[in-house]
Amino acid sequence: MQIPLSWLREYVDIDLPAHELAHRLTMAGVEVGEVTELGGWENCCVGQVMEVSPHPNADSLRLCRVNPGNDSEMEVVCGAPNVAAGQKICFARVGARLYNTHSERHETLKAARIRGVVSEGMICSELELGLGEGHEGIVVLPDDAPIGMALDDYLGDTILDLEVTPNRLDCFSVLGVAHEIGALTGKPVKVPEVRYQEDGPPITGQATVSVADPDLCPRYTASLIQGVKIGPSPQWLQDRLARAGLRPISNVVDVTNYVMLEFNQPLHAFDLDKVRDKTIIVRRAAPGEALETLDGVERELNTEVLVIADSRDPVGLGGVIGGANSEIGPSTTSVLLESATFNSYNNRRTADTFRLHTDASQRFEKGLRPELAPIALRRATQLIQEVAGGVIAQGIYDIYAGSEEPAPRVTLTLKRLKQILGMDVSVDQVEAVFQSLEFDTERVDETTVSVEPPYWRSDINIEEDLIEEVVRIIGYDNVPTTMLSTPIPYRQPAPMTELKARVKAALASVGLQETISYPLVSLEDLERVNCIAETSAPLRVANPMSAGHDHLRPTLLASLLGTLSYNEGHKEGPFRFFEQARVFLPRPNQLPDEREVAAGVISGLRSEPSWLVDNGPLDFFDVKGMLTSTLALLGLTPSWEPAAGEENPALHPGRAANIVCSGYKIGVLGELHPSIAERFDLRYRPATVFEIYLDDLLTLPAGSGRNFRSLTRFPSAHRDVALVVPEDVPAGKVQDILDRHRLVEKVELFDVYAGENLQPGMKSLAFHVYFQSSERTLTADEVNRTLDGLLRVLQREVGATLRD
Amino acid sequence: MTQSTAQSIEELTQTALGELVLLDNSEALEQWRVRYLGRRGGLTGILRGLSQLDIEQRREVGALGNRAKSTLEDELEKRSQEISQARLAQVADLERIDVTLPGRPVATGRLHPTTQVVREITDAFVAMGFSIVEGPEVEWDHYNFEMLNIPQGHPARDMWNTLWVDYVNEEGQRPMLLRTHTSPMQARVMESAQPPVRVIVPGKCYRYEATDATHEWHFYQVEGLAVDEGITFADLKGTLFEFARRLFGSERKVRFRCDYFPFVEPGVDMSIDCFSCQGTDSSCRICRGSGWIEIMGAGMVHPQVLAGVGYDAEKYTGFAFGLGPERIAMLKYGIDDIRHFYSNDLRFLRQF
Ligand SMILES: [Zn+2]
Repeated sequence: MQIPLSWLREYVDIDLPAHELAHRLTMAGVEVGEVTELGGWENCCVGQVMEVSPHPNADSLRLCRVNPGNDSEMEVVCGAPNVAAGQKICFARVGARLYNTHSERHETLKAARIRGVVSEGMICSELELGLGEGHEGIVVLPDDAPIGMALDDYLGDTILDLEVTPNRLDCFSVLGVAHEIGALTGKPVKVPEVRYQEDGPPITGQATVSVADPDLCPRYTASLIQGVKIGPSPQWLQDRLARAGLRPISNVVDVTNYVMLEFNQPLHAFDLDKVRDKTIIVRRAAPGEALETLDGVERELNTEVLVIADSRDPVGLGGVIGGANSEIGPSTTSVLLESATFNSYNNRRTADTFRLHTDASQRFEKGLRPELAPIALRRATQLIQEVAGGVIAQGIYDIYAGSEEPAPRVTLTLKRLKQILGMDVSVDQVEAVFQSLEFDTERVDETTVSVEPPYWRSDINIEEDLIEEVVRIIGYDNVPTTMLSTPIPYRQPAPMTELKARVKAALASVGLQETISYPLVSLEDLERVNCIAETSAPLRVANPMSAGHDHLRPTLLASLLGTLSYNEGHKEGPFRFFEQARVFLPRPNQLPDEREVAAGVISGLRSEPSWLVDNGPLDFFDVKGMLTSTLALLGLTPSWEPAAGEENPALHPGRAANIVCSGYKIGVLGELHPSIAERFDLRYRPATVFEIYLDDLLTLPAGSGRNFRSLTRFPSAHRDVALVVPEDVPAGKVQDILDRHRLVEKVELFDVYAGENLQPGMKSLAFHVYFQSSERTLTADEVNRTLDGLLRVLQREVGATLRD
Repeated sequence: MTQSTAQSIEELTQTALGELVLLDNSEALEQWRVRYLGRRGGLTGILRGLSQLDIEQRREVGALGNRAKSTLEDELEKRSQEISQARLAQVADLERIDVTLPGRPVATGRLHPTTQVVREITDAFVAMGFSIVEGPEVEWDHYNFEMLNIPQGHPARDMWNTLWVDYVNEEGQRPMLLRTHTSPMQARVMESAQPPVRVIVPGKCYRYEATDATHEWHFYQVEGLAVDEGITFADLKGTLFEFARRLFGSERKVRFRCDYFPFVEPGVDMSIDCFSCQGTDSSCRICRGSGWIEIMGAGMVHPQVLAGVGYDAEKYTGFAFGLGPERIAMLKYGIDDIRHFYSNDLRFLRQF
């Protein structure tokens, strides 16, 4: 909302500087986004055109003698068609800084010879002064403009740009803001008086108005002005509209807009001669009806749309936009003026349906009070007669379904006020606040006040609304600041929140950088990582902002590889990323299953380039080491089981492992499938990726995690064994067999060997095996017997023999 | 005999001391000690012969021997210290490394700045007795709007441009959406528990909104809610003031102004005084010259919201608030563009 200060001053005295006023409004909930000063027209003043004569050398130019106020006359060349002797105009002397419409820049005006005649200044257009877009003609000032007055003093203004919240509908109008300023500064507000003569015949004989669907139109008022002359509005009216951000059109239409800005009530003017049978019926549209609206679009209507119709066809969309068929035109003489209240919900739906959010609909959808309709109708009727002439018919139509209902009153008790605010406010103070806001205030008893909000406020419905009025007017600084003194509730356990924090901290501690990416991806993104969900397609967004972000991701992999490939573009490795976020698995007729996943991608050289390090590429075993440490920090010692290729289509079929704890798969680790690395055109290969499923971690059976092992005081004994096993026996399996004996404390694989001195198809695995008991010192004999037993088991289960 | 024994002791002492000054390392010193002071050493040998002397002589020579022994031991100790001093004096030259060479690289990982700031925010409230809860990112219209006093067709719905999930129910409605704020958890938490309630809700939110330097369609929010008998607006002021001091320093001042959110009444917006310029710089980039920085929206829970979850709105009161961690991070670290957060450029992420 653009509100010119000059307009506000018509209703309320303002003696605060503009910025102070803006601050007060903002603190009270009417946010002023920007304060714009109009002016800065040095060397410009109000002048009068004394004489106009033809230019000797150019038909399109005229010579004007201008009085700039010091009784000297100056000769000016002017090309505007509307210049005439006697006009008060904006005169710019040499030295003024104005917008040059040829160079499209601000320039300093110099004396110039135009077609042989020296021009000592300029008569300005709107565009040159920065007042508007108009450049066809000069700005003509009212006759009472004082000659010689600096233009800054005469035309200068301040525009407040308000960011109005949806509840403060009143502040979409100049008078509403004036009332607010009155309440904040204690100044009285003068609402324009409406008085006019109804010299015409009774309206009832000239036009017929009825409301068929009062549920969608609780109040409909109308007046009639006959014999008007359509033309441009007077300058003051055009100026006000322009400064408030609206384009002047013609006098009658401008008045409807003016009164909308002034009182908030949208109005519509019909050319009565274009209304069939001079009959207006407010009704729901019939099936199959259509209407060409004022914006030139033909619109198919449905039966939920409220139309203003004549005896046969719609002539307007109620509260949204008028119809082209009844539009005010240059030849219009009879104006039927409408000021109505429309159902806010239906109005909003209609505006949504046709994507027509007009100045009118944006007011109606927020719920204007019906009391406003006749007030604005009379104001506009008077103004139309003032600017377009004509005779006003006797009486108005006022069809008001709710006219019997008592005015809404809201009651406030000091007890509730204290319960909400935590402070005492006296009944006198409360009353003073409401009176400053022009609420009709009644003291029920010494602790209770009842109010009826004025017609411009539609946001006061419950006691808490009144409490807000009190606190925003007395100021939030006057409320005490206290700490919560109610008992602290039992802490809610948040195991997943805590697990996520621990996982992220652990992954960062092993050297991975956390990333966060958009959870919406495209189907192509998912296909690129071989994630083609055949059973359940990922959830789609109905109104995506771009084609690249239209599906809720069922995997983090696509995003991570995107992050990797993006960073490869401008950085040398190593790349070690992880992301912890949710993936979304659809469920029929339910919200999707949101599962917490931590996933990562690792590629590039093992280390930043260094003079010290022998640097190879980061590979599967680097990442396995990272994950082993990560899981150890969470108290887990998983096993790593070779994974089948079809289980993880994004992974290298021969280089993928399931991460298993207590028999439950809690994640996967593997080299990225070479075809995917190809698709992403990755610079560094291999890329290794992993996923950890946090929901599965959280539901592991009790005892899977860390168990404290008492520090034994008995020494451990150690043996080195080199075992020969067939090549396809996983080392992990051998290690597990050794590990599970109760006297084995620790097993370390220290050598893997295949080749010379071994039979083909066999490999050698060498372990340090540590034996320990918490009860006694083991004898050499006990250790040897245990080891022999283990070797027999290994022989039986994996065909292992001791290497010679 | 006494004479010659005494003389031998003297000679041995002189010889030993003469050798000692020439020694320059600890091994040689040890050999010297064994040679003269050891069990089979020279001095011991001489003294062993004392048994053939009479008591008087034995005492005399014994004293002589002991004096010689302690002389040698003292000199040995002295020499030993001299040698180690000399060696330490040289160690700088002998064992010098070029300390300007780069260190051995160690991989470090960091948490995303949003994660760090969310943690800071939740820690501050946890310390004031709030519990952390989380909720679904894909929500029903019911929780995202209806239960928050924003029914269908409410003009305030325009405050939250919504991304809708392509799902139509049996009634032909489209009730599933990406939550536009973390506020739906207000209703979910209160539905599942009786007062007292004191929770904080961090999480991702989504809006159908074009991105620019200060807007993202995907962002985080931290929501707070406290409901009980006797909770007041004054408590809201105190709680948020304490939060501002914890996050932005104990000298911070706060300011409240009226604002509108349909699920609170009265509704406010909290600002802190500018920690960058303290209101002294009219061209300050942080506060745009106003001296104040808006941090979050808040208010007293609307009675309609309390009644909607079955609470007695005349008995219980409460406050709610919501803030954006990205904005807090941008203020704290001077980040000029919110789009940096989720484009995952390492050059950005590695700075936190
Ligand atoms: Zn500042």
